[in-house]
Formats: sequence, structure tokens, C-alpha cells
Amino acid sequence: MNAPVLSRRLFLAASTAAGGGLMLAFNLEGEARAAGPAALSAYLKVSPDGKATIASKIPEVGQGMRTALPMIIAEELDVAWEDVIVEQALADTKVYGRQVAGGSMATTLEWDGMRRVGAAGRWMLIQAAAAKLNVPAAELTTEPGRVVHAASGRRLSYGDLAQAAAAIAPPDPKTLVLKDPKAFRIIGKSHVQTDTDAILTGKPLFGIDVRLPGMVYATFLKAPTFAAKVASADLAAAKAVKGVRDAFVVEGGTALDGLLPGVAVVADSWWAARRGRNALDATWAEHPTSAQSTASLAARAAEFAKAGAQRVARADGDVAAALKGAAKVVSASYDYPFIAHAPLEPQNCTARVKDGKVEIWAPTQNPEPGRALVAKTLNVPPENVTIHLIRCGGGFGRRLINDYMVEAAFIASKVDAPVQLIWTREDDIQHDFYRPGGWHNFTAGLDAKGDLVAWRDHFVSFGEGETFVRSGGMNSTQFPAGAVANYQHEVSVMPLGIPTGPLRAPGNNAFGFVIQSFTDEVALAAKTDPVEFRRKLLGEPRLIGPEGQNDSFHTGRMRGVLDLVAEKSGWGRKLAKGRGLGVACHFSHLGYVAVVMEVSVAKGEAKVHKVWVAADVGRQIINPTGADHQVQGSILDAIGSTLRQKITFENGAAVESNFGDFPLLRMSETPPIEVHYLLSDNRPTGLGEPVLPPAPAALCNAIFAATGKRIRSLPVGDQLA
Amino acid sequence: MAYTLTVNGSPHTVDTEPGTPLLWVLRDLLDLVGTKYGCGVAQCGACTVHLDGVPVRACVTPVSRVGAKAVTTIEGIAANPVGARVQEAWKSLDVPQCGYCQAGQIMSATALLAATPKPTDAQIDEAMDGNLCRCATYPRIRKAIKSASGQAEA
Repeated sequence: MNAPVLSRRLFLAASTAAGGGLMLAFNLEGEARAAGPAALSAYLKVSPDGKATIASKIPEVGQGMRTALPMIIAEELDVAWEDVIVEQALADTKVYGRQVAGGSMATTLEWDGMRRVGAAGRWMLIQAAAAKLNVPAAELTTEPGRVVHAASGRRLSYGDLAQAAAAIAPPDPKTLVLKDPKAFRIIGKSHVQTDTDAILTGKPLFGIDVRLPGMVYATFLKAPTFAAKVASADLAAAKAVKGVRDAFVVEGGTALDGLLPGVAVVADSWWAARRGRNALDATWAEHPTSAQSTASLAARAAEFAKAGAQRVARADGDVAAALKGAAKVVSASYDYPFIAHAPLEPQNCTARVKDGKVEIWAPTQNPEPGRALVAKTLNVPPENVTIHLIRCGGGFGRRLINDYMVEAAFIASKVDAPVQLIWTREDDIQHDFYRPGGWHNFTAGLDAKGDLVAWRDHFVSFGEGETFVRSGGMNSTQFPAGAVANYQHEVSVMPLGIPTGPLRAPGNNAFGFVIQSFTDEVALAAKTDPVEFRRKLLGEPRLIGPEGQNDSFHTGRMRGVLDLVAEKSGWGRKLAKGRGLGVACHFSHLGYVAVVMEVSVAKGEAKVHKVWVAADVGRQIINPTGADHQVQGSILDAIGSTLRQKITFENGAAVESNFGDFPLLRMSETPPIEVHYLLSDNRPTGLGEPVLPPAPAALCNAIFAATGKRIRSLPVGDQLA
Repeated sequence: MAYTLTVNGSPHTVDTEPGTPLLWVLRDLLDLVGTKYGCGVAQCGACTVHLDGVPVRACVTPVSRVGAKAVTTIEGIAANPVGARVQEAWKSLDVPQCGYCQAGQIMSATALLAATPKPTDAQIDEAMDGNLCRCATYPRIRKAIKSASGQAEA
């Protein structure tokens, strides 16, 4: 092995691969990881047969990172995509750095580093060719899979050079010359997902498909009221069911994201475990949150709205004075419900506990907190916990929290066999980490010219003191912050005994709805066209907030997508009676997105006829087919949740339980979606989340345009009846 | 009880309770894991298989009711020329996102095209509305069905 090369961000080390060829180990955490052995790292392998094997470290949940990130390396390495093999890395943050499918951050964080890894491999293969051909490296170039000496017409395959390249010291990543994007052959062209063949033929791929020798199946019944203890359970009845091996009470704790109390049933088949569970006839102890309900939370929120905010999170100028002096004042209160993630693959995990070692096969978006939780709960050192990352049948943020992982590991620790825990759909809907509901009490002031002079948002959420529950917080930088002289962001919180967590574009999926809906109301009061009002509000192109900060907002980039979507949708055109166009634009996860929807309402139901999307996520779309998937999926996700989804609580427990009362959007409700990317001279950023937030407001603003009915409370449900 | 089922053309004998859903017979007893569990109450379509070519929800089909009917799952659908065409269209249009529902989608689409070789949009809606896709790949599912049926994309 050569001396590893370091830069601030990227660590490279070359060695001979097992079976021959070049093994280029890399780590994007740079110096922080330099102390560890180079073999403990992500890798790019070039084999003597010319194949390039790339370790994909990010969990795959359908967002396409097992395809897009290897594409970046393959591009700069300059190999044909057909010659790329993608291997899933184990979960080990110490080795791979950040391994999270969340926050739409993979593209943002990995783009430059992945390019340099590929370019480093290419550079080493070129050096090997230069030595072999005895020509200066500067005379060499590459075509996919080959180094070319144009002057003599000689070509050497990567496979033939791989062994020699392994002996060459890796370059300083900073000195590498990256490809001119105009020369990209892979990036920017659509590539089918790496696992598609396996998906289409029903190969084992997902968490519930894991099979181990001697494996048994488990269900885990928890109290409807979160964290309530088991009062009684007929374990004998469960054990009497044919195929059931064991049934036992799990004491559990009180932390909502840890191991909760419940009853485990273990059997030879999952169906037997399910039947055993049905026989339990469990009862549950009273719990401090047993009285909590949707109605009680809403009543408390109404008290806050009346009494005024607990605290002021941001105050620019003097909102009270500006409102007093305003020519027109507009007030409205908005709210949105708790909603569930409901990925189609129910939560599940397979675990084997033996001799103090824990091995886990987990569909998870965020393995490391799961490892810590399992280690703590089972009282084993974290290094004794191995986690295999298994493709997730959907995530949407649900699998960022590893409660099902600790349940599987705990049950496996009580059973002398590997255990596969599978939740029922009812478990999934009733034991989610919900997108928290929230309330916004808005007041805006307009001057005589119809310009916005004051904006106040009293946000009512959950938490204690200045701490919010998970995903229940709100940043004070939401536009129009910084664009209006008098801006006040107020906060009130109440305690909550319901688990909450991130759902696709957390926070923003609700803020986009309330802010962009209220903006429409203000535009109406200003007697200004909704697109024109937003243009005025955005004003001159400028950055609001410090350079380099993730929530700094560029008005020019938003103006760009707003103008583009207005043009593409034919904004302002005459529509048939009963139809309306609605617009909204929102910034989140570094992406700028504007959406227009065309909607009609008949028999109390809104129908979306067409959607136009304009998105600015930087200068490069890496895999267009995957990008379109994320854009269209986000829009449809939002239409489904906006129209119908809510989780209601009674007696401290979720009322809805399956797709009958928590409906997902269906084929017949799916409108055509036109997607436009505005390529701006900015770094490429993620696309899994930022398209969702503007969509609910675009839909509700279109409903208003079609009917005159303003939707201020989600879901739309039967409000149009 | 012992039941002999014909699955993807081969006979299999399983010993289980009469009420065991075909889904769990396939997954846990026959190790055919391509058919997916999504809801358990016939609301999502992830478990769709064919009985004599007719799409059914395996999660609510007791093994005792299968009888002599031929069971076809995603693992065997390529043997059906329509199924193979559907898989091909799915691949060329890169239909899946997470992929979990797609076995059920392919089984429903194959049954649709076997019965209705050139379905209209309304017929596609009717046949596919019971198959939920949480990633909402519906626009591509529609395109792929049209492509597999030799109709120009809408």
C-alpha cells in the first residue's frame, strides 16, 4: 500500500485488490479519518476484467442514490456504465462517514468528492499507461474503459492497467482536473436504477425478504396509548396456537423512540405469530397521556391564539406599529394535522444475537443511532453490533428512527434463533413518528400601494420552554423574513405525548402550505395577481441571510423558477368556469421550487388536471429519470396528503389504522406533471424533498381560484361539499 | 392440513391451517418472497397474484380456497408472454422508485393486458386503482402499460 494522500475533505489510498487490480480506498471525511487503516473505507475497485466496483454507502429507500452516486464516480473514472458493479456498504459511520438517507443532502455533500474519487482512479490508470507506453502522461487521454495515446493510436484497457495502477501513489485530490461537464457521458443521461431487474422479477431485496437458517418470525404488540405498560396478557393462549414458540412481556421504557413496553410473540411463521398475538387479549395500564386527543390539543392551540404568544423568536422592525399604520390588515389562522409516513413496506428488521454479538439486517435510513440504541438496550459494546443496510420499501423519513430495530434485537436476545420482526400495517400507522400538526395565526399589513409592510406569524406547536418536539420546530428565516421591514415570528408550545419525527421536507411540508396560502390571501387583499405579488415581494435578486448558510435564501433564484412556471403553465390564461390555477413557491433543502396546479371542483371533490413544476437545484441534474421520479413523486405525495390524510388521536392513541382510513393517492387521481429544471450556476443539490412544500398551497390556491373557497385547515377532506 | 398447490407450474405440498392466507404460504412456507405484504386487508394490492390468470389479493385468500387453481406469482410471470412484455416495459421506462409495490403492479397490469390488450385510460384506472404506490410512480405505470400494449404514450 502507498502512503495515503490527504486533503481537507478527501482521503485516498491505493492498494492491490483481492483478486488483482486497483483498489482505491477513499473517505470524504478527510483528515478526521486519516488515523484509521485505509482499507477501512469506501472503495472503488478496478478489476483485471475491466469492471469497476463501487461501494454505495448511502441507504437506498427508492431515492436512487445507489445509482446516482456511483454514476458520478463512473463519469470521472471514464468507464462504461455497463461495466459498473454497485455493492452496498455495511453501516459504519467510522468507516464511511455520513450514511443517512435524509435531508436531501447526499448530492450536496458527495458531488465534488465523488467526482474527485473517480478522477483520481482515472489519473492513476493514465500514469500506469504512461509508464507502460513510455510516453508523457500529458499525451494520454481516455475513452470509456481505455487509456488512449492518440499520437500513436495505441489503446490500453483499464483492466490491463489496473494491476500496475495499484502501485502508483494516488494524486493530491486538489490537483485533479475534473471533466468539462460538456464532455459528460454518464451524468445528465438517464440510467435505470441498479436494482430494477431484481425488483421486476421478485428477487429477495427488502427487509422482509431476508432469510437466515433457522430464522423465526415475531410480532410485537404495543399499547395503543404510546408507552403504556402491559397490564395483562394471556401468554398461555398465544403459546397454545400451533407454530408459536414463545410469547413474553417486554418491560420496555418510557422514551418514545426507544424500546417500549409490549408483548412479543415468536413463531415458525409470521402468520402463526400473528394468530398468537390475536389470542393475547392484552390490556394496558393507565398512562399519563391517556387523555390526550386531537380535540384537546386543538383547544389548547385556540387558547394560545387568543392569549398571545409565549415568546417572540424573531422581531424585525416594529410589527405592531406597522400594522397600526397599514392601509389594510389581513388576518387568518391556518392549521394542519398529524400525518403518518406509511411506507408500503411495514417496519421490520431481522436480528441475530449470539455470544454477545448482535447482527442486524435493517431497512433503515439512519443506521448509527440504531446501533447506539441497540447497544445501550442490550448492554453490549457498539462495536459488537453489525448492521447490514437493506433496501427500504419506502422511507419518507420514517426509517430515520430505529425503534423497530431495537425491538427486533431485544426479541432476538431472548430467543435462541435469528428473529425477523414484522409489524402489521396497523402497527405502522398507529406507532409512527408522525409529522406533527401545527397552527399558524397570521396577520399582515399592506400600505396604500398594496405593498407588504408587516408580517406576523404566531406559530403554535409542541414542546417545552424553548425546546420543540422532534420535527415540531420552525426556523425564523422563512420567506418573507428579510424581505419585509416589519416581521415577527412568535412561538407557543404545549407538551405532547405522541411520537413525532421528520417526514419528507420536515417542517417545510407544512410551512409551504401555510405561508404560500396566506401569501395568496394577502395578494388578493392587495388586488394584485398572485404571481405578480410574489414577484414584487421577491424584489431585486439578492441573498437574504449570510453566504454559505443553508437557510439563506436567494430571491433571484426563486424569481427564476416562478417566472418559468408562470410561462410554462400559461399563467393568466382564461379558464373554463369552475376551474382555477394556483401558484406557490417555496425554498427548502437548498432547492428553489415553484408549482402551478390546474384544478376543478365537482360534487365536493377537487380534481387536479395538470401540474407544472419548475425547480432550481443547481447546475447539474445527475440522473434525469431519477430526478423526475423525485419531482413527480413529491407532487403526488403532496396531493394525496393535502386532500385526505390525517391522523386523529383519542384516548392518547391514533384512531386511523390502515389504508382504508389513511388513504394514499391512487392511479385515477394522478394528473399529468410537467417538470422543468432551471439550471443555474450553483452547486448541485438534492431533489428528494424540496419539491413537496410548495405543492399543497398550489393546490389549495387553485381550489380558491376555482371556487372562492379558501382552505385554511388540512386535509381538504369534505370542506368542498 | 396438507394442501397441494400448483405455483408457477410446479406442485408444492404445504402443511398449514386452512385459514392461512396464500401470501404467508408463499412467503414463509415456499420461500417465494416476491409477493409482498402491505396491508393484510386487500387495500393496497402489494400481494397481488394470479389464480388461473385472475388477479387476487393473496393476503385475504385462505390457502383452503386455492384448490386446483394455478397460482402465478411475480417469480413466474415472465413465463407468460404478456407478463414478460410488461416487465420489459417497466424496465425501459424505469418505473420503480422503492420498488416494493411493483410486483403487485406488474401482476395487475399483466392481468389487465391479458383480458384487454389495448386498454383505455379509464380501463387502466379501473384495473390499477387497487394497487397503491406510496412513491406514486403512477405516471410511469400508466406509460408502461400503454407501451406494453403497443399503444402510443399519452
